[in-house]
Amino acid sequence: MSESNLKGRKVVLHDMCLRDGMHAKREQISVAQMVKVATALDDAGIPYLQATHGAGLGGNSLQHGFALASNEEYIAAVASRMKQAKVSVLLIPGLGTMRELQAAYDAGARSVHVATHCTEADTAPQHIAFARKLGMDTTGFLMMSHLNDAAGIAQQGKLMESYGAQTVYVTDSAGYMLPADATARVRALREVLKPETEIGFHGHHNLGMGIANSIAAIEAGATRIDGSVAGLGAGAGNTPLEVFAAVCERMGIETGVDLFKLMDVAEDVIVPMMDHMVRVDRESLTLGFAGVYSTFLLHAKRAAERFGVPARDILVELGRKKMIGGQEDMIQDTAMTMARERGVTDAA
Amino acid sequence: MKKIKCALIGSGNIGTDLIYKIKRSPVLEPVWMVGIDPASEGLARARELGLKTTAEGVDGLLPHVLEDGIQIAFDATSAYVHAENSRKLNELGVMMIDLTPAAIGPLCVPPVNLRQHADRVEMNVNMISCAGQATIPIVNAVSRVQGVEYAEIVASLASKSVGPGTRANLDEFTYTTSSAIEKVGGAKKGKALAIINPAEPPLIMRNTIYCLTESAPDQARITESILQMIGEVQKYVPGYRLVNGPSYDGNKVSVFMEVAGLGDYLPKYAGNLDIMTAAATRTAEMFAEEILAGKIKLKTAEVA
Repeated sequence: MSESNLKGRKVVLHDMCLRDGMHAKREQISVAQMVKVATALDDAGIPYLQATHGAGLGGNSLQHGFALASNEEYIAAVASRMKQAKVSVLLIPGLGTMRELQAAYDAGARSVHVATHCTEADTAPQHIAFARKLGMDTTGFLMMSHLNDAAGIAQQGKLMESYGAQTVYVTDSAGYMLPADATARVRALREVLKPETEIGFHGHHNLGMGIANSIAAIEAGATRIDGSVAGLGAGAGNTPLEVFAAVCERMGIETGVDLFKLMDVAEDVIVPMMDHMVRVDRESLTLGFAGVYSTFLLHAKRAAERFGVPARDILVELGRKKMIGGQEDMIQDTAMTMARERGVTDAA
Repeated sequence: MKKIKCALIGSGNIGTDLIYKIKRSPVLEPVWMVGIDPASEGLARARELGLKTTAEGVDGLLPHVLEDGIQIAFDATSAYVHAENSRKLNELGVMMIDLTPAAIGPLCVPPVNLRQHADRVEMNVNMISCAGQATIPIVNAVSRVQGVEYAEIVASLASKSVGPGTRANLDEFTYTTSSAIEKVGGAKKGKALAIINPAEPPLIMRNTIYCLTESAPDQARITESILQMIGEVQKYVPGYRLVNGPSYDGNKVSVFMEVAGLGDYLPKYAGNLDIMTAAATRTAEMFAEEILAGKIKLKTAEVA
């Protein structure tokens, strides 16, 4: 079997190495490394690549860590060297602001994921409208989409569209979804959104389902897929983009990228950059299994070392407490409370 | 004992909760509630609780200000109309407590700088934001011991407690709170983050405060200062509770707070709304105590 009913479908790939991958590198990717990765991706024909702090605009903070350079420095360095790829940014209202979006635009960003938790789309109207006013390719990005059902996602996506979003994403931030979950949500969106509004899927590979979920999303009507070359991203990483591109090629889905060049970027550029092998291990599997925000992974490992409570226990507890993206402070808080209750340490 | 008569502008959640807090005060009496929708639940409740009401906005209140002796007004409407409300009422000698993000008057966090505003007889003070009220006391507790280069606060709010006004204007919340962390908290640079969590049952408001001190933190003195400050806030917000910390890591001081409301009109998880109404009430009380003691005098055509 090498072709499918998806033969001839066109899908736009969006690489996340230089944004979601920042999480896996504790925000320590240098400007020079960004330029190296981005030019290689541009050369491989990737049409969009995201490049900011892992938490996006406004991300430099004690809560989310400080990167080696400002977002504007990263964006300007990358954007000025692109032959065809567009540089995108992430903006989470409550963290990033319109001032920062303007600065990112001035530095050369031309596409934005405006991200909210999957039930809070109404915190994004200003930012989506402003992105459109700047003329940016504008996406409404519904994080932790597994925490809202298909009807709820459709309603939230409709709100994003009403603010001006040209694309609405189902975002599996916890890598929790199975293909049927992706199908149901994308299908529900397709039923309510205008025909010209695109649908995207952003996966994490915590249950090894990144590719299967992305294919399910395409079958249900998605035309944009996020992934990262060699999977460099939070948790067990994003949908590994070179693998996904190979699957697309086998199925006859048209991505316009050069598969072998993408494979070379993965092997020769990204893998040597990794501080740890980004893969499904005990803790990242816990994220996918318990439905926890992928970015919590390294924070939980640090808290585990500091307070003497296993990272897996901390992650499960964060899932039970229904913590969502952005609540990284609650990782230390939870670890301290658990350590005290277990009599492990005098939580200092 | 004589009480200072108050008007509440805005008949939403905040205005309605204020009725209960002001009614409990030994020095304040809620007399008028102002809305714009005759069918609003807040106005109906205000009438049940014995307040006079108008659905004609502030203009419906103005003819009654002098005859009813209103001296303090709380504005819980929006930043867009606050300036006009304040101008009209200040002209009649009414002092304004601003619960909107307009911030045309000085920023007020009661245990930090209320005394100073009362001494200056400010005719308009601003209550910043819920996150500001919940976190700036802690930033100030650190900065009064030693210099704070940078302070960052993270407020987690229950989705059900965040109204449409805040949602549509999250950037304003960020700017106002960040700036107040510097101006009132005393940090050289401030940053505010907000997260809206939809979990059911709703989560109680949480706040994390990080401070980077300029030199190695004097842990004993900072901890003592923070605990003392928490005690000050608890005088008007009993549900203001230290969950973890202060925790020290290099020059970083981390404090993890929870704010449960009193459950007057708003549910207990909505500590974010409660701390605003409680701080506003505390502010009005300080002015009222001074007026009643004859220590300050509002610029008013004197009433009964």
